[in-house]
Amino acid sequence: MKDGVTFYGETVSSRLLLGTAQYPSPAILSDAIKASRSEIVTVSLRRESTGAKGGRAFWDLIKALNVRVLPNTAGCHSAKEAITTAEMARDVFDTDWIKLEVIGHADTLQPDVFGLVDAARELVAQGFKVFPYTTDDLVVGEKLLSVGCEVLMPWGAPIGSGKGLNNVFALKTMRAHFPNVPLVVDAGIGLPSHAAAALELGYDAVLLNTAVAKAGDPVAMAKAFALAVEAGRLSYHAGAMEARDMAVPSTPVLGLAFSES
Amino acid sequence: MIIVNGETMETKAQTVAELLDELGYEDMPVATARNMTVVRKRERAETKLNDGDRIEILVPMQGG
Repeated sequence: MKDGVTFYGETVSSRLLLGTAQYPSPAILSDAIKASRSEIVTVSLRRESTGAKGGRAFWDLIKALNVRVLPNTAGCHSAKEAITTAEMARDVFDTDWIKLEVIGHADTLQPDVFGLVDAARELVAQGFKVFPYTTDDLVVGEKLLSVGCEVLMPWGAPIGSGKGLNNVFALKTMRAHFPNVPLVVDAGIGLPSHAAAALELGYDAVLLNTAVAKAGDPVAMAKAFALAVEAGRLSYHAGAMEARDMAVPSTPVLGLAFSES
Repeated sequence: MIIVNGETMETKAQTVAELLDELGYEDMPVATARNMTVVRKRERAETKLNDGDRIEILVPMQGG
């Protein structure tokens, strides 16, 4: 059975979306993407700071990997900035996909969900396929869907914190209320076990960057995440047992030696 | 006088396309905006520069 995930009509088999920032070297970035088996990687647009060649070298490296790119609007603090950045990204990356970030708070990098919905509405009207980085707020999720988003990407924890799934209840609630919407936990994942947990909740995929890029061995960690999302998805399909408060022996009691009866 | 990526500069370029040439970006994968409005690739040759314009020239970069 091919168990893929479909975003805006495009199906990929890997449930791991990987960021491309903060790796020790371009070679390690390239090897980590391969080891992750990710088919979608996030990229950004920035002013060139080291002469005009860095951007091209990076873009050539990504193109050689034959993966889909998901440009982001990271660092944008208003809907207007995010919309303009998205339009620029579409022009250079030649894709309608956009990971929409409108940051509302400098310390937590929490999304400005009001600006996010406004920007999403405008970008959808312009034909963009919006992947909104949002909170785990159910009502915001409904608003994003109502303006035309077909994917939701709630945070697990603040970007780069590595704290995992901070609010499992809220994430479960979103999953239950949006059974047919692709849901991606984006941000806050620090360990493969966090990623597996997200998939076990029924999330369709995870998006992470720092957990791989800042690992001691990013390539090995990328592979660990690839295995974790696969394990988590298998577990979700397999159907987990119910947790119980009391111990129940797993070895049969019947026929126990030295018993009286 | 125009402002390119936040820095003031003098230029002889009349259009966004000419500015990219002047700065050595001719074949580079770049995105451009003029006064917070995107200037698409096909619009660069026709987009005239005016005194005081704020131009952004952005390149593909690593992102999360």
